[in-house]
Amino acid sequence: MAEKIYIIIVGAGKVGWNLARELLEKGNEVTLIENDRERYLTVEQELEHNIQYGDASELWVLERAGISRAGMVIAVTGDDEDNMLICQVAKEKYLVERIIARVNNPRNREHFDLLGIRPSVSATDLILRLIEHEVPEYGLVHLLDLPEQHLEIIELLLPADSRAAGQRVSDLQMPDGSLLISVLRDNTGFVPDADTVLKPGDEILAVLDPRVEEDLTAYFGPDRTASE
Amino acid sequence: MFVVIVGAGRVGASLARSMLAEGHEVSCLDEDPESHARLEIGLDRSWEDMGGRFTVGTALEIEALTAAGVERADVFVASTDGDNTNIIIAQLAKRRFDVPTVITRVLDPYRAQWYADQGMHTICPTRVAIDMLETEVRAAASRTRGSAGRSGGVDHEDADL
Repeated sequence: MAEKIYIIIVGAGKVGWNLARELLEKGNEVTLIENDRERYLTVEQELEHNIQYGDASELWVLERAGISRAGMVIAVTGDDEDNMLICQVAKEKYLVERIIARVNNPRNREHFDLLGIRPSVSATDLILRLIEHEVPEYGLVHLLDLPEQHLEIIELLLPADSRAAGQRVSDLQMPDGSLLISVLRDNTGFVPDADTVLKPGDEILAVLDPRVEEDLTAYFGPDRTASE
Repeated sequence: MFVVIVGAGRVGASLARSMLAEGHEVSCLDEDPESHARLEIGLDRSWEDMGGRFTVGTALEIEALTAAGVERADVFVASTDGDNTNIIIAQLAKRRFDVPTVITRVLDPYRAQWYADQGMHTICPTRVAIDMLETEVRAAASRTRGSAGRSGGVDHEDADL
């Protein structure tokens, strides 16, 4: 991180404590806030003045920590309501430029979205993402998601009966709003040209508008018309 | 009128009974099944026999809110024991379910004030208590002013001797 900013982290659990330690080592100014007295005393032995005791959903606790000059607020408590509230006031009351919220229950993610709290990070979703990556047959893998910009990069495994297998890239009829950017074959990746012929077992990377994701996966998926 | 109350503690349960007695349709949602008993305090029939509804579930779960009837609620009251929970579910009721009237109990005066400034209809019992206490103490002060109080006008250091 080239730019050093003041970061407030709420919740000194495993995530918050380790984040604080890493960000401090990178030279940032960090204040961690923890509302459990015992936990606070434990972490305070290491982080000393970089941790404060208090309930960060009490606004004066955030103010005491200097939220008005914070460039980033990260809410990683074990309670989704608290994380949502802290990020909401950080963003809307104290005009903190960047917020990051932890989602404990992935089913609550839609609430974070509804309240405009982005980005939100869910460990469950991250692990699911890794499972997708480790087990490509599971389906497509999301490598990058930029929902607000309507862009994503996905990785897809071409099945043996894909209608795209055996086709030249110049003959592909991918949906509008999608672009093939590279092919992974035999453990090497390359950028295809118009004459590249796709093979079953290829993993392809495509950049696309998430709204055409279904069309794209159907296009590269098994050729159902041929089998019927 | 159809009232959905989330959090059937002392406040929520009392409100639920009053509204039901006044002829409104009332549905309560609480994560604790035991809170059903609180709804029946002072009733000679069961809450359901009186026409009330009760759903067990967590307020942040859309299924639970829907089961409680939030989609056709005229009034939504967030009265759980958690300020943050109340503030978040009130926004769900308003933004996602378009409930016309949403009332939120917030114990912390500072949070209550800021969200009220943002257009949320908040009720802050702590603020009410502070105002009442201030009024009482001021009244006592003005009564004592005439008689100079118990210290009789002597300053404290002398009075301690």
